[in-house]
Amino acid sequence: MDILSTALDPVVLGRWQFGVTTVYHFILVPLTIGLSLAVAIMQTIWHKTGNETWLKATRFFGKLLLINFALGVATGIVQEFQFGMNWSEYSRYVGDIFGAPLAVEALLAFFLESTFLGLWIFGWGRISKKLHLATIWLVAIGTTLSALWILTANSWMQHPVGAVFNPATGRAELDGVGGFGALLTNPVLLWTFTHVISSAWLITGTFIAGISIWWMTRSARDGGEAGVKEARQVWRPITAFGLGIVVVGGVLTAGTGHFQGQEMVELQPMKMATAEAICVDTEGAAFTVAAFGECPLDGDGGPMRIITVPGVASLMASNSFTSEEMGVQGAQQQLVELLNADPNFVAKYGDAAQYDFRPPAMPTFWSFRLMIGTAAFAALLAIWGLWAMRGGRIPTSRGLGRFGIISIPVLFIGASFGWIFTEMGRQPWVVSPNLMAMQNGDPGASVFQMTEMGISTSVPAAQTLITLILFTVLYAVLGVIWVWLMRRYVLEGIDGDQQGPDDSNANEEDSAQALSFGY
Amino acid sequence: MALSIIWFILIALLWTVYLVLEGFDFGVGMLIRVVGKTPDERSVAVRTIGPHWDGNEVWLLTAGGAMFAAFPLWYATMFSGMYLALFLMLVLLIVRITAIEWRSKLKSQRWRDTWDWVHIVAAYGVPLILGVAFSNFVQGMKIEAQAPTVVDGSLVMTTIAPADVPAAMANGNIAFNLTGGFFSLFTPFTLLGGITVLAVCMAHGAQFLALKTEGEVRERSVKVGAVASVVTVALAAIWVLWGQLAYSPNAWGWIPLVIAAVALVLAAVYAQPKVQREGMAFIFSSVGIAGAVAWVFTTMFPNVMVSSIDPAYSLPISWASSTEPTLIVMTVVAVLLVPIVLVYTIWSYWVFRKRVSVDSIDANPGILPDWIRPKANFLTGKNPM
Repeated sequence: MDILSTALDPVVLGRWQFGVTTVYHFILVPLTIGLSLAVAIMQTIWHKTGNETWLKATRFFGKLLLINFALGVATGIVQEFQFGMNWSEYSRYVGDIFGAPLAVEALLAFFLESTFLGLWIFGWGRISKKLHLATIWLVAIGTTLSALWILTANSWMQHPVGAVFNPATGRAELDGVGGFGALLTNPVLLWTFTHVISSAWLITGTFIAGISIWWMTRSARDGGEAGVKEARQVWRPITAFGLGIVVVGGVLTAGTGHFQGQEMVELQPMKMATAEAICVDTEGAAFTVAAFGECPLDGDGGPMRIITVPGVASLMASNSFTSEEMGVQGAQQQLVELLNADPNFVAKYGDAAQYDFRPPAMPTFWSFRLMIGTAAFAALLAIWGLWAMRGGRIPTSRGLGRFGIISIPVLFIGASFGWIFTEMGRQPWVVSPNLMAMQNGDPGASVFQMTEMGISTSVPAAQTLITLILFTVLYAVLGVIWVWLMRRYVLEGIDGDQQGPDDSNANEEDSAQALSFGY
Repeated sequence: MALSIIWFILIALLWTVYLVLEGFDFGVGMLIRVVGKTPDERSVAVRTIGPHWDGNEVWLLTAGGAMFAAFPLWYATMFSGMYLALFLMLVLLIVRITAIEWRSKLKSQRWRDTWDWVHIVAAYGVPLILGVAFSNFVQGMKIEAQAPTVVDGSLVMTTIAPADVPAAMANGNIAFNLTGGFFSLFTPFTLLGGITVLAVCMAHGAQFLALKTEGEVRERSVKVGAVASVVTVALAAIWVLWGQLAYSPNAWGWIPLVIAAVALVLAAVYAQPKVQREGMAFIFSSVGIAGAVAWVFTTMFPNVMVSSIDPAYSLPISWASSTEPTLIVMTVVAVLLVPIVLVYTIWSYWVFRKRVSVDSIDANPGILPDWIRPKANFLTGKNPM
């Protein structure tokens, strides 16, 4: 009975639905963000140098971008509609603030992406070369702006600023027109945005480098003289380009992640305490490599720890080996005290002491580690690849080629764990309380919502269950086709486009078709 | 005029632009196999919307986002109330996107035909659902006002008596929810609305195809458009008159109604092969859609959601809207951005203004499913060379 009641709990189902949609959507998004920029740069290099390699690269990765873009757009629509469908109480409560960034995202970013992508696909040879180059740059700008606005909305859920609670309407409302400015200057947004964008570059760099390393080593090893030539002229420069993005993206991802983490220690101490499995307030908190179990709400005990490094958690959080870090128990205590001092919380939710404010311990702890751990693949790929290519060498190592391919899905999974960590760590809140505002008695002090209170009450759990199952199945089917198509295009390589064995006149048509991406 | 009323009109405008633009995309989708008898002709049909359909669809996202921002309570009531219908629409929109984008990624007729069928089903399904949804706005839905309270850490809803609704609004503890269930959305009137919108889109799409193609595809499109536009006039007349007489509280709803009627009749006239002015037909069809959407919104005014249970349970514009500061921000954003969007959208239509013909279709778009290029036989896969 317990399993059945959990299975039909609308909040659990609603969260699974959102989780599945988000993680799926965000497997596709980083590649779209990074690849549109990478293709724009490739086409620019071709435009400037006239070097055919970069035209080939533009076409090759351009097609992969298009296959990916379609599914990204498709899953993005669900994302927007889900707020109203499954989380109508949330939408009622926050719509005054939360809806605007979504609307701006559509107006400022989606139109740009989709209109200019259409122009890029069908505009080869139809508009001037310069104008055509501009279209792909506008697509790249659009995808990045899109991330900016959706992260403005998400950062607000992590740390609500620019809002006040209005007891007369029972809603969170924008704190004057200036409140909108506060959304955009949310301290969480700066590091979240830079972290997401740079990790998109890291993922894309790995994607490009992984594919081209595989091709380079294969061609050079098994392709005969022509293969060696192709490896040197085509795949080596693209590999170097991809690894360059990995290095830049990797350094920025690590840096922005570090500062984002430090900020989270300040603004969402419960999330970081759970991520580091720190149970009680500790001076010189240790970094734990692996932990099993969760921190108790009071008293001793806690998870089983494997390998701890003293002082490192404190160092990462506060730049000092001996600083005091808030533990899960301290964070719970702090929340109970602050919330009970807030008349609006007490009026709506009752005594805060009856609630358990701990996020799910294991998903939070492990998703944090897996997010960081998967980045090691990109680092290793960069070191190995750059070493193997030093001084103009063309590597032929089978292992290196395989490792390049393996790194690609691993990095995608890493990005998903990043989102699982961000969203799971915020539980049980859908809008996390703004601790700073509460401590200072600012007007935004009463803006928060527990996840359970955000669900749609007019949607029967059975309907959510049905749609959850059907969405998952649909996503699985489309995901398989997506992977298969991407793989097929990767295997097609860079020279063989559209020239089947049955095309006797393939070479004559080649010039006309060379630039065609169309339907 | 209050900003909330301006935004009510703007939301109607966003839906209008969406239905005018994506309306012909759906119509083209419905007619792929009707106007396209050969594979190349089917590619011609899809190519007419190729560069534009994605941008057209963004108007839906904009309309949704603007409803969320300007009328969060409307957005919440509507989207949760029409849960399964919207789910179905999302599924169809998802597969439609992949059907269009992926159809020519492989050089295989079976692959392309399969995706075309997916596209066709989606192109029929979405307008049908949209029509049922808009008819529900006109007719009113089984909506009740409820009071959300937190009991033992979970959310509980209790229905508020109609007389107590004003008091509940005064203290803010109120939510409007559909309580009639999924099947309450379907009545003879709403089903007729679904079929009407489907017919409108088909006629609109046929006129667009006639405008954008050459040769036999164009001839067939003209024929379909001539019939579909007449059927549309008949269906729309019944639906709109029924709605206006049975459900509309506003007499001035007759103004957009008459505009829509005149425009659709003119579209049908211009669509006849003897007259054959596809440009005029398309323009009047667009005006007809705009008039119909305007009429739907007049039947709701001054509410955004009408309750068929009790007028007190209807969700008024004034209560459903966001606060003044949010609406000011939204207005500034819209005034700055919408003109820019319109300029480059129009430019993209200008760039691809040429009619699409069979000659302009690539002989072999896409790559072979399992062919591997010569000298690359180290790869897995078949190599016939």
